[in-house]
Amino acid sequence: MVRLFGPLVGLFFAVALFWSFGNGAYVAMTEEVPETAEEMFHKHPEEVAFSFDSAMGTFDKRQLQRGFQVYKEVCANCHSLKHVTFRDLAAIGYNEAEVKAIAKQWPSKAQTFDPKTGDRGERTNLPSDPFPAVYYAGQGVPPDLSLITKARHGGPQYVRSLLAGYAEQEGYKNEQGIELLKKFPDAKTPDGLYFNPYFANLNLAMPAPLVSDGQVTYSDGTSASVKQMSTDVSAFLAWTAEPKLDKRKQTGWAVLGFLLFATVLAYFAKRNVWSNVH
Amino acid sequence: MSFPWAQEYKPVNPLMRYLDERLPLPRFVYNAVGAGYPVPRNLNYMWNFGVLAGFALVMQIVTGIVLAMHYAANAGVAFDSVEHIMRDVNWGWMLRYGHANGASMFFIVIYIHIFRGFFYSSYKAPREMIWLLGVVIFLLVMATAFMGYVLPWGQMSFWGAKVITGLFSAIPFVGEPLQQWLLGGFAPDNAALNRFFSLHFLLPFVTLGVIILHVWALHIPGSSNPTGIEVKTESDTVPFHPYYTAKDGFGLGVFLIVYASLVFFAPNLLGHPDNYIPANPMSTPAHIVPEWYFWPFYAILRAFTYDFFIIPAKLMGVLAMFSAILVWFFLPWLDNGPVRSGHYRPLFRKFFYLLVIDVLVLGYCGGAPAAEPFVMISQIASMYYFLHFLVILPIVASIEKPQPLPFSITESVLGKDKSAVLRPEMSSTPATA
Ligand code: HEC
Ligand code: HEM
Repeated sequence: MVRLFGPLVGLFFAVALFWSFGNGAYVAMTEEVPETAEEMFHKHPEEVAFSFDSAMGTFDKRQLQRGFQVYKEVCANCHSLKHVTFRDLAAIGYNEAEVKAIAKQWPSKAQTFDPKTGDRGERTNLPSDPFPAVYYAGQGVPPDLSLITKARHGGPQYVRSLLAGYAEQEGYKNEQGIELLKKFPDAKTPDGLYFNPYFANLNLAMPAPLVSDGQVTYSDGTSASVKQMSTDVSAFLAWTAEPKLDKRKQTGWAVLGFLLFATVLAYFAKRNVWSNVH
Repeated sequence: MSFPWAQEYKPVNPLMRYLDERLPLPRFVYNAVGAGYPVPRNLNYMWNFGVLAGFALVMQIVTGIVLAMHYAANAGVAFDSVEHIMRDVNWGWMLRYGHANGASMFFIVIYIHIFRGFFYSSYKAPREMIWLLGVVIFLLVMATAFMGYVLPWGQMSFWGAKVITGLFSAIPFVGEPLQQWLLGGFAPDNAALNRFFSLHFLLPFVTLGVIILHVWALHIPGSSNPTGIEVKTESDTVPFHPYYTAKDGFGLGVFLIVYASLVFFAPNLLGHPDNYIPANPMSTPAHIVPEWYFWPFYAILRAFTYDFFIIPAKLMGVLAMFSAILVWFFLPWLDNGPVRSGHYRPLFRKFFYLLVIDVLVLGYCGGAPAAEPFVMISQIASMYYFLHFLVILPIVASIEKPQPLPFSITESVLGKDKSAVLRPEMSSTPATA
């Protein structure tokens, strides 16, 4: 029975697949797939090395502090960081008094609700509070940035390229020297959006947030070029997404060391046990 | 049942003797994975993967139960509760990464285990029941992993649930109501999340039950082996303990090294970035893809792009995807040649390697965007997949001339088998057990 019906079922699926294949092949041969601006002009993130890339790599706390400063002075106007609390900053080298001060001076306040009167209000942030929600009146919805480097292909490299990658669309050419607006006149960036070849569909609602060198004054004396600020804030966002990275790798080496040792022992134990059989 | 020369459990410790007379659980273990289970002496490392799959299941259960102590199955907070596990729960990041990558390790191991079965035709009589139960286990684990992936309630969780439950809507007449019944609504929401959590918690224990049956069925004929010929005499076997406990122990070490490398150094390598975006029913991801271990079947699903006579393409895809696994149930009868091991089946072996490549190609296409040339490649690859199991194997089984088999397992190992009778020096050294 099985050997009778089996081949019939197999042929049934094969013929149905061949039907789909034939139709698809016909379409592929007769219809040209139109080129799209996204395909031709979207750029992959620029390669850049971060201190925490390799299996040995750890966060560079000074860089994270610089990145935090960029977040605080620029990005926090539009983006929240809801999975991170003020006191988490202790992990990147701020002491208790500094954390308290940062929480207290944070411009947007924690929301309160009084169940007796129904009044809504505000209070100063405490170190145990997460970074408060941000309201943005402009076009588009700025996503929460806590997890952004894990939520995009390319992670921190992508964020860095995006921030430093805004370009003038007029006269923009890709690597093959093709000019975008000549090739696709319809691809002109709509009002309220901004052109950025690193963004998937080339136009996003975020105006370039880092526009001039020295926009942030670093306290450690690092010169704040747009590239430098983009790199630092991307590293900071890698930390907000994966605060346990250093501990994870450290644990990993201990675990791997133990496992390698145990596995070598297991190998010799196995040899020993089997020595009288082979 | 076991071979007549299986060692008998003889407790020396009075406590163990007391226990043995009242509840012979240690005897049961001794006979199942101890010195009381004689195993062919020539098993290679491909025979390690059953034990590894069992280990992976236990690991999923342990990490899963602790995760469940901190996880909240509510659409409003599920995503945040997973982040809470990652950030605030002591060693929560390790549990969560351990569980997510544990699922991947589980599938790596189980796929190798299944392909071992294909190559050595382990499904053939008298081991059909072991094989059938194995396919049931695979289906259960797939269902479990699918529902587990929904729990963090990210974008891929949500859209994966929507696409996969949407498959049921392809069934004529009852499809739509069936999908709504499965989800408890028109789209995945709190009702779906809660029932998925409940089932995700339950199914691993059902799986554990079926694994016990699987191993029980295995102990009737005993393990097969790379030659595929049956055990004849005591010299063909060694006791499971200490021989295979030692060998599996080494294999387990290698497994754990790979697993630890993933968890501690590349925990998101096999995941999709979109699942770090909270579920949003208003925004469809550019490419909806399941986890890597579903890719071959996902490619088959998407390979049907045109209606076939009166059968809509979507229904064909769903039928084919489920059939792709269901054919495994019929394998013992589709491939019914007398010789088991692929080592002695030259023609079969060629098709086996083709199948391996075919499934890898399907896997690649299943993870790629649904565009050309991937669709056309998956159509060809799916065609081969079905022809392989349903047409080629039965033909190969009837026309193939297998190569000569060794006289016995002992001969295949030692190059000679002085006699097919009990060799005193082997039987008098019951290892060191
Ligand atoms: C004026 C408000 C504003 C400021 C300041 C701002 N952003 Fe944005 N950002 C937005 C908006 C709006 C979007 C949504 C864009 C879209 O989806 O089209 C966005 C999106 C993003 C994205 C997601 C892009 C994607 O792939 O979807 C990242 C990453 C980002 N911002 C990082 C930053 C960083 C880092 C800073 C600080 C250096 C910053 N932003 C400053 C408004 C802002
Ligand atoms: C057959 C064994 C199992 C498999 C294959 C499996 C698979 C998965 C997968 C793929 C995820 C999503 C991981 C992620 O991306 O975060 C998950 C999540 C989860 N699983 Fe399991 N699981 C198994 C057993 C269990 C058991 C036994 C429990 C509890 C008793 C459990 C509890 C959970 C919980 C609470 C989550 C959500 C937390 C999270 O997303 O990390 N699992 N599972």
